[in-house]
Amino acid sequence: MKNPADAEEVAQEAVLKAFSNLCRFRAESKFSTWLLQITYNEARMKIRKDRRHLYESIDGQSENENGDFWPTDYADWRPIPSELLEQKEVRKAIQDAINSLSPNHREVLVLRDLQHLSMKEITTILGISEASVKCRLQRARLVLRESLAPGLDGFWGRGEPYRKVRPW
Amino acid sequence: MAIVEISCVEVWREISNYVESDISAELRERMNAHFKTCAHCTAILNGTRNVIELVGDGRVFQLPEGFSTRLYQKLQKRP
Repeated sequence: MKNPADAEEVAQEAVLKAFSNLCRFRAESKFSTWLLQITYNEARMKIRKDRRHLYESIDGQSENENGDFWPTDYADWRPIPSELLEQKEVRKAIQDAINSLSPNHREVLVLRDLQHLSMKEITTILGISEASVKCRLQRARLVLRESLAPGLDGFWGRGEPYRKVRPW
Repeated sequence: MAIVEISCVEVWREISNYVESDISAELRERMNAHFKTCAHCTAILNGTRNVIELVGDGRVFQLPEGFSTRLYQKLQKRP
């Protein structure tokens, strides 16, 4: 969900739904996996309901999206001091970059790199194969690296002196 | 035995699995040899690691203020 109000609504609806259906939890997976599965279903339903024209891009297997992604920016990053994440604009830059990913790629990245779930848990929640998860994760990480790389704005390529184009 | 060279494209295809340590020992050795001589792929490896570290930091996405209170109110109102 790109809209914070929608995200909150979905998250809260998912918790309410889980609460009402606790008796259906069979402990075949971890409780958190079950709750995330409900949350993802809620999110998909909300997106379908609000924006039917996006139906295809949410569930469809776009060839382009699942094809290889090759980097075009080779700028190396300096190590990023952890304290920079205290800055609102740094967090905003990362959030915007994640939001710019396609839904398919965003969800695997969020589940793996943000929620730190195992491959098995992700395949259970999303109902896709491990190979698909790995493929989407590879692309999501490379796209994100490309959009956050310090040289992307072209200063390196134009031979101009490095300007601080990113907050780090 | 000499290490079989690997191309940049093959490295990019496996870079995410490399970071996850989800590749064979033989492939890891080939990729390590490639990183020693290819600044572009090393930059992409470092950037990928940075991305994972940044995304994984709990400060990037935090619950909005009042989320728990609103959720608690909804739970109390449920039939």
